[in-house]
Amino acid sequence: MLENVDALLLSRLQFAFTVSFHFIFPAFSIGLASYLAVLEGLWLWTGRAVFLNLFRYWLKIFALTFGMGVVSGIVLTYQFGTNWSVFSDRTGPILGPLMAYEVLTAFFLEAGFLGVMLFGMNRVGKGLHLGATIAVAVGTFISAFWILSANSWMQTPSGFSTNEVGQFTPESWLGIIFSPSFPYRLVHTVMAAYLTTALAVGAVGAWHLLRDPANEGARTMFSMAMWMAAVVAPLQILAGDLHGLNTLEHQPAKVMAMEGHFVSHPEGAPFYLFGLPNQEAARVDYAIAIPKASSLILKHDLNAPIDGLDTVDRADWPVVPIVFWAFRIMVGLGFLMLALGLLSLVARWRGRLYDWRPLLRFALVMGPSGFVSVIAGWVTTEVGRQPFTVYRMVRTAESVSPLDAPAVGTSFLAFIAVYFVIFGAGTAYILRLMAQPPKPGEEEPEDQAQPVRAAGITPAPGVDPGRAIRGRGAEART
Amino acid sequence: MTGLADLQTIWAFIIAFAIFAYVVMDGFDLGIGILFPFFRPGTERDTAMNSVAPVWDGNETWLVLGGGGLMAAFPLAYAIILPALYAPLIAMLLALIFRGVAFEFRWRDPAHRRFWDISFIFGSTVAALAQGITLGALLQGIAVEGRSYAGGWWDWLSPFSILVGVSLVVGYALLGTTWLIMKTEGELQEHCYRLAWWLGAGTVAGIAAVSAATPFLQAAYYEHWFSWPQVLFTAQVPLLVIIATVVFFVSLRRRWEYWPFLIALAFFALGLMGLGISMYPYVVPEAVTIWDAAAPDSSLIFMLIGAGILIPIILTYTGYAYWIFRGKTGHEGYH
Repeated sequence: MLENVDALLLSRLQFAFTVSFHFIFPAFSIGLASYLAVLEGLWLWTGRAVFLNLFRYWLKIFALTFGMGVVSGIVLTYQFGTNWSVFSDRTGPILGPLMAYEVLTAFFLEAGFLGVMLFGMNRVGKGLHLGATIAVAVGTFISAFWILSANSWMQTPSGFSTNEVGQFTPESWLGIIFSPSFPYRLVHTVMAAYLTTALAVGAVGAWHLLRDPANEGARTMFSMAMWMAAVVAPLQILAGDLHGLNTLEHQPAKVMAMEGHFVSHPEGAPFYLFGLPNQEAARVDYAIAIPKASSLILKHDLNAPIDGLDTVDRADWPVVPIVFWAFRIMVGLGFLMLALGLLSLVARWRGRLYDWRPLLRFALVMGPSGFVSVIAGWVTTEVGRQPFTVYRMVRTAESVSPLDAPAVGTSFLAFIAVYFVIFGAGTAYILRLMAQPPKPGEEEPEDQAQPVRAAGITPAPGVDPGRAIRGRGAEART
Repeated sequence: MTGLADLQTIWAFIIAFAIFAYVVMDGFDLGIGILFPFFRPGTERDTAMNSVAPVWDGNETWLVLGGGGLMAAFPLAYAIILPALYAPLIAMLLALIFRGVAFEFRWRDPAHRRFWDISFIFGSTVAALAQGITLGALLQGIAVEGRSYAGGWWDWLSPFSILVGVSLVVGYALLGTTWLIMKTEGELQEHCYRLAWWLGAGTVAGIAAVSAATPFLQAAYYEHWFSWPQVLFTAQVPLLVIIATVVFFVSLRRRWEYWPFLIALAFFALGLMGLGISMYPYVVPEAVTIWDAAAPDSSLIFMLIGAGILIPIILTYTGYAYWIFRGKTGHEGYH
């Protein structure tokens, strides 16, 4: 039995590790694909070279991000079966088709047109190339649609019955795809991806503006990113609030953990700004609270009674400290993003958007905040669903594969080692590309292996011939 | 036995098709990784890499469809097979990471190109070997109890699974080299013609060895192959392999550019057919049939509608993407 528990814990750690790592890449590529489509569209519409240069600048970064997203994503498709076989057997008839639709409608679309998007600028017309870019962007969105539908079904299962061997069987596909939490989760997550991208793009723009406020590419990307932050950050907070109310209705224990409400509050519940939830003693230590604020947020009434975890069987509690803190990190960063968006509006109004250094520094520091809050939000919702894989239907402990602990331990260590080497290198390459200022005559990704040279000039002899091979676009420009 | 046209059988064929599409397409780009050590750094390696860079991601998507489709259509099979093959599958996933990122990283970081070349070679070879071992281990049988795997975490390791693994590495290398015969010219093409002799011979030897061993793994396999009058049908498979072998070597001698690749595909198609003859209608040999493992009809129908509409569309635009990058890969671009 003990051996089984170890394999369970290791499988949970391995899944959490691999899925969190993976999530970083699509969170960026969903937003970036749309951004690239907008840039290319603006270029074709206005004919301004700055948009083409920015398109090429971010395309190189997109290629790296997307590649890492693909390879880290394949792992997940197989990990359901390798590590969570009982879960797969029981939910396969429901979740399998959702994921199959994701592959059929999204992955093939993205993969099929990615090659054209990256390498095909000189092989197809401009209009067709824009079509390929849009296809990739649409693909990333469709992918989010299906995988979040699957995830939402695990959170708020609906439209199913069960058969004699314990499998979930479909009753209504619409009920399954559009489970109660799905619309909220989809909006909240896709907006998170857009916001994450805007913050990353904004930070890159800010970095280069701090060095050269006249850089046209940096100005354009910073301005676009700050518009995005100013518009999306408040909408995202609103969407998050609605998502939270939906969770309160369907998964009350998760909200109790987010709020740190171990006990019920019949006359208005406090909101803890800070505190150390003590799961053992079922109380929040060192709490700093705003009285009745939680009732105001959740019920829009200061004195509304709020149930606590004391109304839930202790065996069904999530791990409160993790959910409590992940939620606070997400919300705290969300309000900082709102502040950044508002400050940028002030600076824009005063005509100081590109040279007000405190704003540029703030935007730079906020660069990684989207990634952090995406992961924090993910942790909030996933750990908050525990101890179930399918909420109130299947326990995590009974979902796991019959594996030996040493097997899972070995694979977990291998994943850690490989991910840190590979994705560490990938992140370093992305940062290296970001460190270069956007400039006129930006090369296409395919030209990257070549030494920096003016566009349109065939590489000089003496250059490593292996590098010159890569210059597929050269003949079309000369 | 239920008729050939029931939903479960249709889905077995769709998944077999996804596996074949995967083997065909990722086979040649994994093969190029396996052959990388035989190519000189510089022009040869870069051209070989360029010939698959625009399409490898789409190729690998068939692997996701195979895995996702198995979970969706035959969840019980997915739940039994994947834990049983834990070690080779995890090795494959990690190896695919190494080779997948190498496509971008080797251009991005010339100072460490050697490292990423090694990662491409190592990743491609291990992925191929692990896929072969997975197949071999499945063929030799998996211990099942109730609805789950009942063996240990080293059960997959056997001389037979290693044999299939090595054969698949050689077979993928053959696909890779014959792909390059089509896509390149000059010195690299000549080099590939030479490699194709050895790899063709190796692949045929692998097919022969695996075919000879398979009927003795399970009594049922022997039955499927040699019972009368079925043998009249099954005997066509080795016969076709022999014909294909002859055409293959003739086409190499005559320098027909397209035939070696097409014949290499035929070897794989025949191999898959042989696999089907051995296993059908079992998905886990002698333990779980496709009907035992299948999801309820409502799941299969829901997906069949999507697959029926989308797979032809996917094949169309995948074909279009290949068409855009048609012709020879070289340092002047694709002409």
